[in-house]
Amino acid sequence: MSEHIEDYRPVVGSQVIDELLLLADRVRHRRLQHINSTSVGGGVAEILTQMVPLFRDLGIDTTWDVIKGNQAFFAVTKAFHNALHGGEESITEEMFEVFRVTTAMNLADLNTFGDVVVVHDPQPAGLIAKQSEVGGRWFWRCHIDVSTPDPRVWGFLRDYVARYDASIFSMPDFAQQLTIPQFMVTPSIDPLSDKNRNLPDNEVRAVVEDHGLDPDRPILTQISRFDRLKDPLGVLRAYRMVRRRHDCQLLLAGGGATDDPEGEEVLREVRDAAGNDPDIHVLELPPFSDLAINALVRGSTIVMQKSIKEGFGLTVTEALWKRKPVIGGAVGGIRLQLLNGVTGFLVHSPEGAANRAVELLGDPELRAAVGAAGHEHVKENFLTTRHIRDYLLLMLAMEHDGTDLSLLPGIAG
Amino acid sequence: MTNQKSFIFDTELHLVRLTGVKVRSLQELRAALPGVPGSSIFFHTHQEYLTHPFQRSAHSNDFARWVSQTLREEALAEKLAAIDLLAFTTIRQLRDAITQAVDEYLGELGRPTYECRPEEAFHFCRSRSFVLPTGLVADDVGDFFQKVASISNASLYFHFFEARLRLHRRTSDFSRWLSDRGRPELAAAIDGLNPYVRTLDELRRDIVRLGTDDGAPA
Repeated sequence: MSEHIEDYRPVVGSQVIDELLLLADRVRHRRLQHINSTSVGGGVAEILTQMVPLFRDLGIDTTWDVIKGNQAFFAVTKAFHNALHGGEESITEEMFEVFRVTTAMNLADLNTFGDVVVVHDPQPAGLIAKQSEVGGRWFWRCHIDVSTPDPRVWGFLRDYVARYDASIFSMPDFAQQLTIPQFMVTPSIDPLSDKNRNLPDNEVRAVVEDHGLDPDRPILTQISRFDRLKDPLGVLRAYRMVRRRHDCQLLLAGGGATDDPEGEEVLREVRDAAGNDPDIHVLELPPFSDLAINALVRGSTIVMQKSIKEGFGLTVTEALWKRKPVIGGAVGGIRLQLLNGVTGFLVHSPEGAANRAVELLGDPELRAAVGAAGHEHVKENFLTTRHIRDYLLLMLAMEHDGTDLSLLPGIAG
Repeated sequence: MTNQKSFIFDTELHLVRLTGVKVRSLQELRAALPGVPGSSIFFHTHQEYLTHPFQRSAHSNDFARWVSQTLREEALAEKLAAIDLLAFTTIRQLRDAITQAVDEYLGELGRPTYECRPEEAFHFCRSRSFVLPTGLVADDVGDFFQKVASISNASLYFHFFEARLRLHRRTSDFSRWLSDRGRPELAAAIDGLNPYVRTLDELRRDIVRLGTDDGAPA
C-alpha cells in the first residue's frame, strides 16, 4: 500500500497515471467526502484507508467521516445486511424505528461539507436528508450483493436511495429498478499491498515449506473461508480425480472459523473428507496473514475458486494478478474475471474443474499463457488506480448531466 | 483535431452505467434490443477491445459471448460474432443488424429456446464517456507516428472506434488528419487496418510499423 500515486507508476504504467492526473485536474476544485459506518475492520474501511490518501495525493480535498451508532443499531444493520443478501431474517417494525432514530441522531451531529458526498452501504443511507440543507451531489455506494434482496428491507432502503443523485453498484447483477442513474464500479485490489506485492522466489519457497508443502511438486490451491458456497468439498473431489493422472498436492486455506458455527462444521467435514492423505493440507490461517497468503498463492501451480455463489471474488483477482492459471465456478464476478479459455477457465462441477486442472498440469505453456492474460486483465480493469479513476469520473459526471458523451475542452495554461 | 496543422491526441475515459434491463432468453433479448439506448449497443459491441486489449477472444462482442456461453446457441453466436462493425457508420444500422440476426435465427429455429438461470442473465449496460485532450500534440507526420507509440489504449480506442461510430466522422481521426496533411497513401494504409480483428496492442504496433516503413524514427 502507498499513499503516493506516483508509486503506482512502475506497476500500472505511465499512461494510467498520466490519465489520472488529467482527470484530477478537472475536479480538483471539488471537495470529496466519504461517509461510512466504521473506520476499522471490513472491506469498506479497508478500501477507504487505501484510497483516501491517494485522492489527497492527487490534490482532491478529501475527508472521511464515520457515523455513530449503538449496539442495537448495528445489530439492526447486520440483520438488514443479511436480508439484502437474500438471507432469511426476522425483520420487525421496531428495527426500522431503531434505524430511523440513529439516522436522526447522525443527521444532527455529522458535519457534511463535500461538494460530492459518497455514502457507503445501507447504515448511513438516511443521511441523504441532509442534502436539502447543505447541497452538493450525493452518491449512494452499495458494496453488498443485492441481486436477490429481501423485498421489505430493500423497499425501506429504496425510499432513501431514490433521493440520491446516483447510485453505484459493484456488478451488473446488482442493478435495481431505480429512477436515479446507476453506475457500475467493480472492486479492485491494491498491487502494492502485502497481499499482492511482488515477493522474492526464496521467500515464497520458504513460506510454502513452512506450511508443510513441497515447493518442487505441483500445488492446487483454494484460498477461501470454509463455507459451503465456496465448495471446498468439490475442490477436494476434483483433486482426487486429478491425482489419478498427475502427482500434485492440495492446499485448502482459509481464515479461522471460531466465530462461525457453520464454518467450523464445514472445516470438520473437509478434514474428515481429507482423511489421512499427506498431500492434502487444510490450513486455518490466523488474522493478518496477508504476506503468507501472497506467498502461498505465488507458490501454487493452479488456483481454484470453485464457488457455487459468489459476490465479486477478489481471491480470483489476487491470483490472476500473480499470473496464476485460475479455475473458477461460473458464478457472480468470477464470470467477469475469467474470460473462459483466455484469462482462466469457468467450470460447473468438480469433474469440470478436474478436467481443466489435468489439462493445465500437462501443459506448462498453457499455464503461462493463461496466467499472463489474467495478469493483463487485472492490470487493465481491477487495480486500485482504475477504482480511483472511476471515482474521479463520477465527480466529473455530476458536472455534466444528461448526455452519454462529453467532449471536454483543454485547460488553459 | 482535423483540418489543423497539428494532431491533438485526445483520450476517452468512461464509466459503466447500468440500465436495469436484463434478459434471460433469446425472445427477451429480441424484445429489449429496440428499446435500449444506442450507447448500450455501442458498449456491448466495443467494450471488449478496451477491457482486454491484450488478447482477442472467440467472441468479438458481448451478445455473441452470452448467446454462446449461456444460451448455447452456437450458430447464432457465430452470426453475431461475424457482424462486420466496419460496415456501419451509425449505431442504428448496427442495432438493426443485430436484431435482424436474432430475428432470422428465431424464425428458422423450430424448437423452444432456453431460459437461463436468473444469475446468468444478460444485463444491458451503457457507457458514460468523457473525451479530453491528453496534452500530446504531433506537429508533423514523423512526430505523429512517434507519439502514437506512446499513447494510451483509451486514446487509440477513441480515435478509432468512438470517432467513427459515435461521432460520425466516417473514418478514423488518424487517417483524416494524414489525408489533410497531404499523405493520402498513409491514410489509406491506416484505413486498411481493420481494428475489429486486432487487439489495441496489435493495432498500435501496426500503425507504428506503417510510420517506420515511411521513414519515421522507430
